[in-house]
Order: sequence, then structure tokens, then C-alpha cells
Amino acid sequence: MEILMILTVGVLVSVSTYLLLTKSLLRVVLGIVLLSHAAHLLFLTMAGLKEGAPPLLGEEAASYADPLPQALILTAIVIGFGVTAFLLVLSYRTYKEHKTDDLEKLRGSADE
Amino acid sequence: MNNIVLLPVLIPFLVGVILILFRNQLPIQRFVSGVTTLGLVGISAYITYLIYQDGIITLELGNWPAPFGIVLVGDLFASIMVVFASIVAAACLFFAFQTLHPDREKYYFYPFFFFLLTGVNGSFLTGDIFNLFVFFEVMLISSFVLIVMGGTKYQLRESFKYVVISTFGSMFFVIAVALLYSVTGTLNYAHLAERVAEAAQQGQSGILTVIAILFLIVFGLKGALVPLHFWLPNAYFGPPTAIAALLGGLLTKVGVYSIMRTHTLIFTHNQDFTLTIILILAGLTMFFGVIGAVSKFDFKRILAIHIVSQVGYMIMGLGIGTTMAIAGSIYIITHNMIVKTALFLFCGATEKVTGTTNLKKMSGLLKTHPYLGWLFFVAAISLAGIPPLSGFFSKFALVLGGLEAERYFIVFVSLVVGLLTLFSMVKIFMYVFWGSPSLSPEEVKKTKVGKLLIPGIPLVIISILMGILAEPVYLLFEAAANQMLDPSIYINSVIKE
Repeated sequence: MEILMILTVGVLVSVSTYLLLTKSLLRVVLGIVLLSHAAHLLFLTMAGLKEGAPPLLGEEAASYADPLPQALILTAIVIGFGVTAFLLVLSYRTYKEHKTDDLEKLRGSADE
Repeated sequence: MNNIVLLPVLIPFLVGVILILFRNQLPIQRFVSGVTTLGLVGISAYITYLIYQDGIITLELGNWPAPFGIVLVGDLFASIMVVFASIVAAACLFFAFQTLHPDREKYYFYPFFFFLLTGVNGSFLTGDIFNLFVFFEVMLISSFVLIVMGGTKYQLRESFKYVVISTFGSMFFVIAVALLYSVTGTLNYAHLAERVAEAAQQGQSGILTVIAILFLIVFGLKGALVPLHFWLPNAYFGPPTAIAALLGGLLTKVGVYSIMRTHTLIFTHNQDFTLTIILILAGLTMFFGVIGAVSKFDFKRILAIHIVSQVGYMIMGLGIGTTMAIAGSIYIITHNMIVKTALFLFCGATEKVTGTTNLKKMSGLLKTHPYLGWLFFVAAISLAGIPPLSGFFSKFALVLGGLEAERYFIVFVSLVVGLLTLFSMVKIFMYVFWGSPSLSPEEVKKTKVGKLLIPGIPLVIISILMGILAEPVYLLFEAAANQMLDPSIYINSVIKE
């Protein structure tokens, strides 16, 4: 299971790297989204996957999943959600103002 | 009584939330925010005094015992940073009152200003690495809003890049925390310090060094270390000067603070390797930052690129790693927060007078605006490190620490960079203030700068005082450095057996 998860993370990171290197605003945003998913999945995997164990229900429980990474990932997901929403609006405004979504044309010169 | 350490985080947060409700009542917003920032300076100074007297203050939030719950830890270094962050914020706020366009003020400048302060103070005071991530994000999201506020073409274009790069860095932060958690199984700084030391002895030193470097990359991206500095000059050039001064004074310092915190407290297992890398980065950062500044002909751009060069000095002390060098690092961080903000504010005043930041389009302001000229001069030579100002003594401690540790090459680089800093500051002074006046007498009468200088004057006075009173100031910073170099003090005050 861990190997499958790590492979998924690897695929996500490579796809997001590809998207981040493209020239379109929207693809860059999608790249960031996928990278955040990869980071969250990695966190879940690194903390250790357990089958068939519920979260901590009481002190007498024989086996339980570690609740901490789940709480942390939830926080990170919410933050990622907010940043993504902001990025989408920002890229839309940039597109509206500059009439282009090509990052090559959004480079700007060194002396202006 | 421990609760007082929460106030620098809680007050700005609550005030920010309340100010959202008063969006259209600018006088209320201004009054409340002015009083709050001045109050914060007082409270944080009092906290520093308490910590100096009685040692580290820890607060276990929700009364959960230390390694399991979230803790806030105020040690001397953190509280000193909070004091200076509050001073910088207050100066920028009072400058914003006079320069910011009312439209920008109405679109939630003040709430986001306070959320930024929440994030900055929280990053300084937290004792938990995931909490550091959360406070980083609070700070970054507020900075995104502040940097794009106003929505000019230039701002939109450059802040898109800034947001993407910052978010990219944050994702690596999550990855680094994940790896660290898998090795150590904890996130509390003090607990991490213990577990990392244990794990390193059990042969996990290699993976821990990788994680340490991953954190260095993450914080280096926020702190603008060369070669991760490329986003900074353009992003800080876009927004109005009051906001650029605030971001320039605070954001990179949070990155530097996190590097110093993690590498003195947690990743102490393989310092031969990590500190050498930090020292190399410090040299590169100083040198390329100042070369960028020398090559530019724009007031604001020179100041923005200079931030990069000064970050190099800050981590140079960490790279040397002796008490004196680290005290010098803290000295130069605080000195730089004050002086850099002052320079940005004077740049803003000059822009208000001449309507441009291009050095070649202005001259002779010393005849028409002498106070502005001389205040800028004092701040500029303080940045370059001329005695008896704060810049001299902070660099003196660093250089002396470097010589004692026999790191001659980095000392040489730092002295060359000091000279080039002086050169770029004199360049600004010559172009802006010397020569025949570029403004006609009628224009001079129209543009009064007297009130614009008021926020900058206290900063210049603090810089002079930090130079004249170098002995007591240095002793305070030395106490902070001693606390940092002995992690057991920090660990024992957080985890009480």
C-alpha cells in the first residue's frame, strides 16, 4: 500500500512540475493544486498507514490510527483551498488587465 | 501570568477582525489601529523585560501538557523580534495614514495589516513546527492581499509570480514537516530537539541532514537567500511604499528567524555540514544582493535588492556559530528592520515630492528639503556601517566573531560588501540630494514633507541609540544568543519532567 501511495505522489509531483513549467496562467494554478495534493498524500503516507484501525476512541483501545497527521492534513487542505481560490481570482484579474494568459508575455522588462 | 505571551498574537488578530466591520469609517479604523500598534510595542517590550528577568515563558494552550498540545514559547530572541516587528509595524502604519490612497485604505488595508502582524508574531512565538507553517500561511496570505492591493497592471503581473513561488515553497514546507514527522514522530520544537539528537545517534543522521537542508530551502525561499531570491525585487517594487516598507521590514526576517531557530535548536546533529552550507549561502547572498543594488538606478529597487544583501549578513552569524557571531546576527536583524524601514519611508517621502523613484530624474533635494536629506543620510550610513551608528556595532560583532572562529574568507566578503553598500547609498545620496534643484520653487511650496518624516524620525533615533548604547544592547543580544546556543534551557522550560 505504501508503495502504491508513493508512486501516486511521484506521478502527482511530476505532473505538477510539468504544469508549473508551462506558459499558461491557469495551468500554473493547476500545477500548484496538484502539488498540494501530492504533499498531503505524502504526509499521510509518511505518518504510517494502518489498516482496519479507527482513530483513537478511548484509552483502552488496542489499536488505533495516529490522529495527528489527519488533523494536520485537514488544516493544510483548508489553507491550500484558500490560496487556490485567491490564485484563481488573481490569475483571472491578471488575464483581464493584460489581455493575455501567456506568461512569456507577462515577463516584463528589467527597467521600467 | 504566562498568558501574556499570547497577547502579541491575539490582539492583532481580534483587532483585525473587528476592523472589518468598520470598512467605511476610516477615522475609526485609523484611530483603533494606531492605538493598537503603539500598545503592542509597549506590551512586547514588557514581555521582553519579564523574560530577561525570569527566563523563558511558555504557555500551554488549552492546558494540554507540552509535547502533545500546542505551546507558545517566548525566549529572549523571539521576544526581541516581536518588539522590533511592532516598532516597524507602527512606523509603517503612521506612514500609511498620510500616503495611502483612501480607496486602498477602504479595501481592508487595516484588517490585513493586523492579520500580517498576527502571522509574524505567531511565527516568532510558536513552539511547534506545524504551527509555524500555519502562522507562515496567515502571514503569506495577508502579504498576498497587501502586495496586490490597488490592482495596477504591474502589481497584478508581479504578485502572481510572488504568490505562485510562495505557495510552491509552502508545499515543500508540508513535505519537509511530513518527513520530519515520519522520522521523529513529534512536532514540538523541544521534543524534536530531543528526538533528533536520539535518532542521530541511532544512525539516522543522513536522513535528518536531508530534512535540515529541505527546511533550509523552504525558509531560504521566504527569507530570500541567493539563489532563491529572484522573486523579491520585482514583487516589492509594485505596492505603495508604506506596504513595501512593511513587507521589506518583516517578511524576510521571519524566514531568517526560522532558519536560526531550527538550526540552533533542532538540527544540531551535523553542524559541520549544515553550517558550512549556510556560510556559503551567506557569502553568495551578501555579494550578489549588493551587486544587484550597485547596478540599479531606481531608489525603491535599490532598497528592495539591498534586503537580499542584508539577509546574507544575518545568516552569516549563524554560519559562524559562536556566541558573539550569533549575538551579532540578532543585532544586525534588529538594526536592519529599523534602518531598512526608515530608508523605505524616506524613499516614499521623496516619491511624494518628486513623483518618481528614478534616480536620474531627480536632483538637488538637499537645498529644497534639507531635513529629508539629512535624515536619509543618517539612515543610509547606518546601513553601510559607519560608527557610531547601529550598523557599525552589529557588523563589528559579526566580523570579530568571524575572526575569532578563523573564518577569514567570509569576513573578507562581508567587508567588501560593506564597502559596496556604502557605494550604493552614496550613489542615491548624490543623485537625489546633490546637484541643482530639479523642482521649481512653486512645486516645492506645494509639496510639504514635514508630516511624512514623523514616522521615520523615531526609527533614526532608535538606530542612533542602538549605536551609542551598544554595550547594554549587545549584552541583551548576547544573553539571547547564550539562550539559543544551549538548547537544554529551551527544552527544559517546555517539557517539564
